[in-house]
Amino acid sequence: MRITSVARVLRKPFDGVGRAVAFLTTGILVQLAPLLVLAVPWLNGGPTEALSVIVAVLVPLSAVALATPVLTAAQTARFRTRLGVAIPRLPAVAGASRTDRARQWLRTPATWRQIGYHLLAGPLIALAGALTLLLWAAAGVAAGVYVWIWALPPETRVEHLGYTTQAVYVTATGLAGLYGAAWLSRALTRLDTRTATARLGPSRAELLQMRVEEVTESRAGVLDAADAERRRIERDLHDGAQQRLVSMAVNLGLAKVTLKDLPDDARKVIDEAHREAKEAIAELSNLVRGLHPAVLEDRGLDAALSGIAERAPLPVGLTVHLPVRPAPAVEAVAYFVVSEALANVVKHARAGRADVRVETRGGILLVVVTDDGVGGAAPEGGTGLAGLAKRVASVDGTFSISSPAGGPTVVTVELPCAP
Amino acid sequence: MRAVIAEDSVLLRIGLVKVLETAGFDVVAETGDAEAVLAAVEEHRPGLVVLDVRMPPGFTDEGVRAALVIRKQWPDTAVLLLSQYVEERYAADLLSGDTRGVGYLLKERVADVEEFIDALRRVAGGGTALDPQVVSQLLLRRHSDPLDRLTPRERDVLELMASGRSNAGIAQALVVSESAVAKHINSILAKLDLPKADADHRRVLAVLRFLGVG
Repeated sequence: MRITSVARVLRKPFDGVGRAVAFLTTGILVQLAPLLVLAVPWLNGGPTEALSVIVAVLVPLSAVALATPVLTAAQTARFRTRLGVAIPRLPAVAGASRTDRARQWLRTPATWRQIGYHLLAGPLIALAGALTLLLWAAAGVAAGVYVWIWALPPETRVEHLGYTTQAVYVTATGLAGLYGAAWLSRALTRLDTRTATARLGPSRAELLQMRVEEVTESRAGVLDAADAERRRIERDLHDGAQQRLVSMAVNLGLAKVTLKDLPDDARKVIDEAHREAKEAIAELSNLVRGLHPAVLEDRGLDAALSGIAERAPLPVGLTVHLPVRPAPAVEAVAYFVVSEALANVVKHARAGRADVRVETRGGILLVVVTDDGVGGAAPEGGTGLAGLAKRVASVDGTFSISSPAGGPTVVTVELPCAP
Repeated sequence: MRAVIAEDSVLLRIGLVKVLETAGFDVVAETGDAEAVLAAVEEHRPGLVVLDVRMPPGFTDEGVRAALVIRKQWPDTAVLLLSQYVEERYAADLLSGDTRGVGYLLKERVADVEEFIDALRRVAGGGTALDPQVVSQLLLRRHSDPLDRLTPRERDVLELMASGRSNAGIAQALVVSESAVAKHINSILAKLDLPKADADHRRVLAVLRFLGVG
C-alpha cells in the first residue's frame, strides 16, 4: 500500500510525458521545413554583400510567409492528432478575384499572427523541444551510469574507475535530469498549445464574431424556412380547399337562381348552405391572409397593406414610400407589424382613426402606426405587443411604443434592410 | 352574346361556364392561359371576356396584360378581370383608357351568383363593375381632400356609384328610396365639383378621374 503510493508520487511527473515528447518531436519535424527554407542560402557559406544578404533573408522569409496556410494546416493537424486539441479554423477570406482575396488575406490580422508563429514562436519552441530531447538523452545515459560501468570489461572497470563514489552523483544528476526533462516536455507542450491556440486560431473577438455570423445565418435560415412554409400552406389552401369551396358556393348559388319552383324548405336549406359556403370562403381567406398573403409575395407591401387598411373597421390613412422592395423576410415582418398593430388599435384603443406610414430611410425600413385612441398600451399588457416585439427582434429590428394615458399611441418599428 | 373564359383553376372554370350560361351567354371558348385567350378572342370575336389575373406561364399579371391587349385591339369587347386579391394598380391600368365595358372583381364574388350575373350583364352592356373592396381601397388613398367633406352616407353612395351601380341598385343596397339616392348623388357631385352626367359609366369615369386613377 505504502509502496504503491510512493511509486505514484514518484511517477506523477511522468504522466502523459510520452504524448508530450511525441508532440514535441513532430513539432521539430514540422518546423524543419521552414528552417531549411530559411537556411538554404547559407548552406554553402552564404552571401557576403549587403544586397545579396538582404535578398537571402527576405526571399526565404516571404516563401515561409506565403506557405502560411499549409504550415498552419500542418500544425493544426499536429495538435489535433497528438494532443486532441482542436484549433478552430479561421473563416476563408472573401473576394471576387484572386488579387482581391490575396489583398484581403494580407490585411487580416490573423494572417500576421500566423506568420509570427511560424517564423518566431514555432522555431523557438521547436529549438527548446530539441534541447529537451537532448536533455532526455543525456539524463537517460547519466541515470543509467551503473549499467554502462557494469557493461565494461572488468579489467577496464577496475583500471580506470575503481569503486568511485562519483557514479552515485552521476546517477542522481541523471535522475534529476529525467524529472527535469519530463517537466520541461510538459511545460513546453502547454506553452506551445497556448501560443498556437492564440496565434493560429481566431482571437476571442474573432471567435465571437464567427459565432455571431453562424448564429445570424442559421437564424435567417430558420426564418426563411418558416416563411417558405407559410407560403406553401397559403398556396395549398388557395389551390385546394378554397377553389373547392368557391366551386361549391357557385353551384349552390346557381341552384338558387335556376331552381325557382322549389318548395320553401328546400330553398331555405340551399340558402343556408350557400351562406355557409361563402362564410367558409371568407374565413379561409382571413386565415390565409394571416399566414402569408399572396398579394404580399406578388405585389409587395404597398398593395398588401392597403388590403389590411381597407378591411380595418375604422378609417386608416396609409402612406407607403418604398423605392425598392425589401427582402421577403423584412416585408413579412412589416406586414405582420401593421396587421397586429391595427388589430390592437381595433381591440383596445377605442380610436377614431389610425395612420400607417412605411418608408425607407438609409438602410432602415421605418413602420409607424399611430392612433388617436385612449393610449395606455404596454408591451407587458398581453395585448399582442410582446409577440410583435419578438417578431421584430427576429430580423434585428427595433420596436418602440409611446402610449401615454389619454393617447395618442405611436408604435414605431425599424427594420434593417439593405439600401 | 358570345363569351370567352380564361381561368387556370379547372373547378372555378367549370363554375364560371355554368354561371355564364345561366346568365344567357354563349361560352364559345374556355382556356387556361393568357396567350390562348388572345387567340380565342381573335377567332371568335366575343362580346365579353372573363379573365383570371394570375395565369400560366408566369402566374403574375398575365391576365391584366391580356386584358389591356384586348381593350386595345378589340375595343368593343367587354373585359371582366377576376383576381385573388385587390391590386389597385391593376384596376388603374385597366381603367386608364375607356371605362366602357370593364370590370374588376375579386374571385370570391363569383360565389354571390346573382350579384355576379348582375355585374356580368353590366360589363357586357358597356357598363363598369368594380369590386367594392377596390373602390374603398382607392378611396383610402385619397384621405386628405374634398372627400372629407362628404357625410358617411354620401361616402357609401359614392362607393356604390364607383362600383358601377345604378341609382336603383344603390337604393336597393342602402335600403332607401331612389329619389333619396338621387339627392345624395347631386350633393356629392356638387361637393366634389364633378359635372353631372347621365350614363352610369360616365359617373364611374368621373369618380375615378377624381380618385386619380382614370
